[in-house]
Amino acid sequence: MASGEEDGTVEEKETNNKKRTKGAIATAWLTFYNIAMTAGWLVLAVAMARYYLQKGTHKGLYKNIARTLKFFQTFALLEVGHCAIGIVRTSVIVTGVQVCSRIFMVWFITNSIRQIQNEESVILFVVVWTITEITRYSFYTFNLLNHLPYFIKWARYNLFIVMYPLGVIGELLTIHAALPYVRRSGMYSLRLPNKYNVSFDYYYFLIIVMLSYIPLFPQLFFHMLRQRRRVLHGEIVVEKDE
Amino acid sequence: MATQCPRLSPTPVLSYCDSGASGNKSDHHQNTNSALHISQRWMPQCSGRLLALHANAGAQKKVGRLERTAAKVGVSSEWQQMLSWPLNVASTADMKGRSSSGGPYITSDKGLGMSRTIFFEVEILDSKTKEQLCFLDKVEPHSSVGDIKSLFHKSYPKWYPARQSLRLDPKGKALRDDDVLQNLPVGTSAILYFRDLGPQLGWTMVFLVEYIGPLLIYLLFYIRVPYIYNHKYTFTSSSHQVVNLACACHSFHYIKRLFETIFVHRFSNGTMPLRAILKNCAYYWGFAAWLAYYINHPLYTPPSYGETQVNYALIIFVLCEAGNFSIHWSLNSLKCEGTKCRRFPNPSKNPFTWLFFFVSCPNYTYEVGAWVGLSIMTQCVPVALFTFVGFIQMSIWAKGKHKTYNREFKDYPNLRMSILPFIL
Repeated sequence: MASGEEDGTVEEKETNNKKRTKGAIATAWLTFYNIAMTAGWLVLAVAMARYYLQKGTHKGLYKNIARTLKFFQTFALLEVGHCAIGIVRTSVIVTGVQVCSRIFMVWFITNSIRQIQNEESVILFVVVWTITEITRYSFYTFNLLNHLPYFIKWARYNLFIVMYPLGVIGELLTIHAALPYVRRSGMYSLRLPNKYNVSFDYYYFLIIVMLSYIPLFPQLFFHMLRQRRRVLHGEIVVEKDE
Repeated sequence: MATQCPRLSPTPVLSYCDSGASGNKSDHHQNTNSALHISQRWMPQCSGRLLALHANAGAQKKVGRLERTAAKVGVSSEWQQMLSWPLNVASTADMKGRSSSGGPYITSDKGLGMSRTIFFEVEILDSKTKEQLCFLDKVEPHSSVGDIKSLFHKSYPKWYPARQSLRLDPKGKALRDDDVLQNLPVGTSAILYFRDLGPQLGWTMVFLVEYIGPLLIYLLFYIRVPYIYNHKYTFTSSSHQVVNLACACHSFHYIKRLFETIFVHRFSNGTMPLRAILKNCAYYWGFAAWLAYYINHPLYTPPSYGETQVNYALIIFVLCEAGNFSIHWSLNSLKCEGTKCRRFPNPSKNPFTWLFFFVSCPNYTYEVGAWVGLSIMTQCVPVALFTFVGFIQMSIWAKGKHKTYNREFKDYPNLRMSILPFIL
């Protein structure tokens, strides 16, 4: 009996040790990741400010920061992986939707359609993203290091109320500006007849994407609002389950 | 022989059998009357009629069930009478409270060692607002959650039982309909929390609606109704044989499904909420429209390997449809009661059922096979996508079913995988 108990506790200790080392590695990696991302977006913010102060115009600003933006925004795909393996406690779907919409904007709209790169709406959403990401990543960093200053927590859970709608407006205006160029060039489209008997029209696809903001944006926004109420005011909010 | 009625609850409403509480030592007739009067005042929503309805309806139902069970078990008729005696007593007591023996709801010792039946009281609260919706007293301890739901439905006609979710804790799991009241971790007075699940549809209705859509929508595209394709192609037919064949196969698939839903499948009493049905219908109908658009398009390109490809694909399709039907037929002959089956399915003389040697859910395997056949036959990417998404969904279901089989039956064969032989 005694040996059985011992075996049990030894095994338990081993799994506990494993859990602790896994937790330590995960925390170390997440801390590194968040610090790197904060730094990256800060660099982006500084680059944008410098360009605007030097040139006095936003024309050509996107081209200047394009590579940095693409690099750090694509790197954010790792966050979906973090949620999937469980070291971050967020829903994979929510994170996935947010990251995918960002990747889509950066690679399939502003990167591919050169003519809209000097639009004001592009600057709008890039600025909004920069502010949001710097706040978010520094929040995560300080959280992991257990030294969260209140103003960062305040910023994370309050700035989005303004930033999120502004960002959506910027993105929608950009897609709308891109539509005529997409139609004219017929890019990313597949026409009939072809041996796979399928067709794809990027123009109509973009219109569907714009329409999909209508159901998706309120859901994500209210999700953030519920989190805000829970964190800042300690309210227990009953989630509506299906 | 004491006919001292036990105190059922602290509130005066319920203890009308306790002559001490009402302070009236006269006959029970008067007690019952006054108690009912109190309960009517107390709970306007659950009127005294409800209590009577409960007594009669519940009793009648129970009598039938108990007698049937007794008969099944082979109990003699005298014992059958004994078993149903307390309920007979309850049902014979009318609202005026005239009863033959000491009180309509209390059994007395008949010298056969039968103990006193304690009656439960059930309070139903709204799980969000916690306000009291209904109060049921004199609930039989062996009544099920389903019975309570029927009673609740009588006070609130718009909340039929399938729509009710009752739970012991506002945030806990919903109770099953066959849970028995006395087996729940409650005292003699139970508090249940109610949640409205929204409008529900029975399984048969759900499947009929889901399958009739793709059948009709595909046909609309096949005959080329106006405004879909270029107007010069309206109501024309395609020059390719494979398009006609694909229409026949697709329609056969859904007609077979409708036939099975009506005549073959036996569904449990479960239902599905309206929102889920709308989502499913949008998926099936939308995908059917999308793939029908391309197959029946004037610019459709027939398969690259011509007749050979179409013929082989047709053979695969027909074999898989036959297989799928055989499996459904053999599952039907299993005699399951709802979700509980006494035996797991096994291969029979029909060669199509020999797939049971290798997989737990060959009906899903054959279904995927039929759609693969159709994809090859039409060489159309949307069909292949539909097959792929269907495969993912059916694998999830098959894995769940496989796990359930392994858990419930200790002698479950090891060779079997869930959906793909030797692979998945």
